[in-house]
Order: sequence, then C-alpha cells, then structure tokens
Amino acid sequence: MAKPSKIVLDPLFNDNPIALQVLGVCSALAVTTKMETAVVMSIAVIAVLMASNAAISALRNRIPPSIRIIVQLTVIASLVIIVDQVLKAYVYEVSKQMSVFVGLIITNCIVMGRAEAFAMQNGVKDSILDGLGNGLGYSLILLVVGAFREVFGSGSFFGIQVLKPVTEGGFYQTNGLMVLAPSAFILIGIFIWVLRTFKPDQVEAE
Amino acid sequence: MAFSNGYIIGFAGAVCVGCSIFVAGSAVALRERQELNAVVDKQTQVLKVAGLVKEGEAITPAEVGKRFEENLVPKLVDLESGEYVDGDAAGFDMDAAMKDPAQSIEAPANDAKVARLPKQGLVYELKGADGQVSAYILPVEGKGLWSTLKGFIALEPDTTTVAGLTFYSHKETPGLGGEVDNPKWKALWAGRKVFDDKWTPKVEVIKGQAGPAADDPYRVDGLSGATLTSRGVTYLVQFWVGPEAFGPYLEKKRGGAKK
Repeated sequence: MAKPSKIVLDPLFNDNPIALQVLGVCSALAVTTKMETAVVMSIAVIAVLMASNAAISALRNRIPPSIRIIVQLTVIASLVIIVDQVLKAYVYEVSKQMSVFVGLIITNCIVMGRAEAFAMQNGVKDSILDGLGNGLGYSLILLVVGAFREVFGSGSFFGIQVLKPVTEGGFYQTNGLMVLAPSAFILIGIFIWVLRTFKPDQVEAE
Repeated sequence: MAFSNGYIIGFAGAVCVGCSIFVAGSAVALRERQELNAVVDKQTQVLKVAGLVKEGEAITPAEVGKRFEENLVPKLVDLESGEYVDGDAAGFDMDAAMKDPAQSIEAPANDAKVARLPKQGLVYELKGADGQVSAYILPVEGKGLWSTLKGFIALEPDTTTVAGLTFYSHKETPGLGGEVDNPKWKALWAGRKVFDDKWTPKVEVIKGQAGPAADDPYRVDGLSGATLTSRGVTYLVQFWVGPEAFGPYLEKKRGGAKK
C-alpha cells in the first residue's frame, strides 16, 4: 500500500480532484467570491470527506454491492446535514451567506467519487488520509480562486481592503467579471494550464 | 460473497436508523444555539436599520442584547385602530400571531401576497435624546421571487422619511435578488419618502437608476436581473405602511397631519 504521506500529498498537485479529475467544479464556482466562504466551505468539505471515507471504509466488507451507491449517499447526506447544523449553530453569518451550497456538498462528486473509488477498497486509516488529501486538493483550488476573485473583484482580502476601489475614492476599478461565476471557470482553466505546463504527464493523449 | 435479500434489506434498514439517529441527535443538540443565533441576528438587523450598528461592524451577542434593551422600546399596536395595546411586547411573536386564527384576520387582497394579518403588530420605537421617539421601526414582509422576504423598515418621526430598510430572512437568488442584502443598495433607501403629499404609499423600486434622495424621493434603484424581487420589495413596503397594516398607527404618530 502507498505511503501515508503520498496518499495525503498526491491529490494536491499530482492528482488534484478539480484540476485533474475535474470533479466538484460547481461548488468551486459558487463559493469563491470571498475568502471567508471559501475557507468555511473547504473545512466543511474536508470534514465530510474524511468522515464519509472513514464510515464507508469501516463498512466496506458489509455493504452489499447491489445497494452500495445508495448506502454511500445516505451516509454522505447525513454527514452534510450534521455539518450544516453545526455551521448554523457556530458561524451563523457565514452559513447564511453560503445558504444552499452547504447542502450541495452532497452532490459534490469528489465525496462520492472518493467513497466509491478509494474507501470501498482500502482500510479505515488510509481512507481517512485519502479524504484529507482530496479535501486539501479541493481547498487549494478554492483558496487560490477565492483569493484572485476577492482581490480583483472587490479589492479586499478576507474582507480587509487591499486595493481601494474607485467607488470609495480609491484608484482601483473593481473587475465586475471576477464577482460572477464565469470568472471561476477562467481561473480554474488557467490553474489547470499552469499545472499541466509543469507536469506534462497530466496532459491527456489527443 | 453473496448477500441474501434478507441481509440487504436489514442492512439498508440499519443504515437508515443509524444515520437518522446522528442527524436527529445533532439537530436536537444544536437547536438551542441556532435559535439563539436567529434571535440575535434579527435583533442585529433591527439595530442596523436603526443605525445603532454600522455595516460590517463586528458585535458580540451580549452587546447586541444590551444595545437593543437600551435604545429600543417594543410596543404592541392594534393594527385597525393604530392604538397601543397592553401586553408582553418583548415576548410577542408576530410570526406565530400571523398563523394563529385567533390572533389574525384574513388579509385583504394585496400585491405583497400577505395571506393573514395579525390583529396586533410589534413595532420598535427608537429612543431619541429628550424622551422623543427618533425613529419607528416596523416589520415588513412579502413575496419576492422564490421566497417571503422578512425585514424591517425604519421611518423618521415625520413617518414618511426612510431611515433604513433591511431583511433578515429571504431565499432570493444569490447575486441577483439576493442583492437586497447589499449594504450599498440598502443605503439608497435612506432619505426617500414613503408617502406622497396625500399620505398614500408611493415609494417604489424602479427599473434602472433613480436620482439622489433629495431630488427623487419616491424612487429607488432597481436590482439588475431581479425584477420580481424588486417589485416584491415595492409591494411589501407599500403594504406594511399602508392603511391595512401600520397606516393607522403612523397616522396617529404624525398627529394632526391627516390627509
């Protein structure tokens, strides 16, 4: 079996869930207008991924293959509801901003993808590490995209002003495109391009 | 390895029961905290609309409660007569009252799509410097595109000039109708007039841009891409200051200045 450090670190650049597997893109568009929501979303996805991988892996020899997808989905959905409840209880303001997107972690293909592809075949410990690694890989993209979008779209970083916008008497003309979802597509595209320039083996054969 | 049908059904049942225990457990364990958050959030919105909390100001729940107690007087108002009524104003739940047939009446047909009107409404009066009321804060709610928008409008002592408008609960499209939460848009309301000179509700959210409050007091900039939400906001503001809702109360408050 692979080394634990490899399981955690591989999904960051070598096998990034968004950049290479192109999973979970929809939520990456939705919650990256600001760093704050991107961070909370990252933490939520990491928590769900680790817990779901752990649960599925622990049950992997008992889950009947004929109903395995629905079992995975039930476990994931329950975990997401719990995360949503916790967010509402402890970071109410942020959870209000993320609104429906917390619930949509259920449909984030990364979670079910990892449950099906990794946790069903591997031990609990490795599965938790795999969840952590893929969660971090997802977070990496979210944070990079979030940083660009907040700085260039609103002239701030974590809500602190770094570029003073024209509307408040500064010099910076905020880029309206950055606030809208399509900019995340462009940024993710650039990220994949840069990544594949350094790691040519990720380029698919034509 | 083959699984018998009995095992599969049993396993599915066990997964369902196990998951539901976790979900129910977390919901029950965290409910108290969530409800507290919702109350604090609502109070924060009232403070914001009254200008007691600045946009973006970080404030602890204890401080919210304190400022709320110190500056705002909750009052129960009989909607039909506009008179104050005695009762536990602080503990009054207007949402519950609107659902209770004993405490509400069927609302007349209205564009805000409010189905039932409470007999008594809860208003907050902002304490001014010399015992005067410096603002009236009224609850407003009505249909937008997807959801019921619930919020507060603050009116200055002349009962027509808007001091602020805010929403504490809605499910409009983020980025479009959800922009009702945008501080810049909310700031446009300050200084607008709700009533025309005959005291009929007139303020509206238009398509496009309105002028500054001094020159163009009855119109507010529309929200791009959110015509139905904008229209909903127009209707709900007009409805709740109008004759079916808080109109009589506001009329009493402005004294002799009847129509």
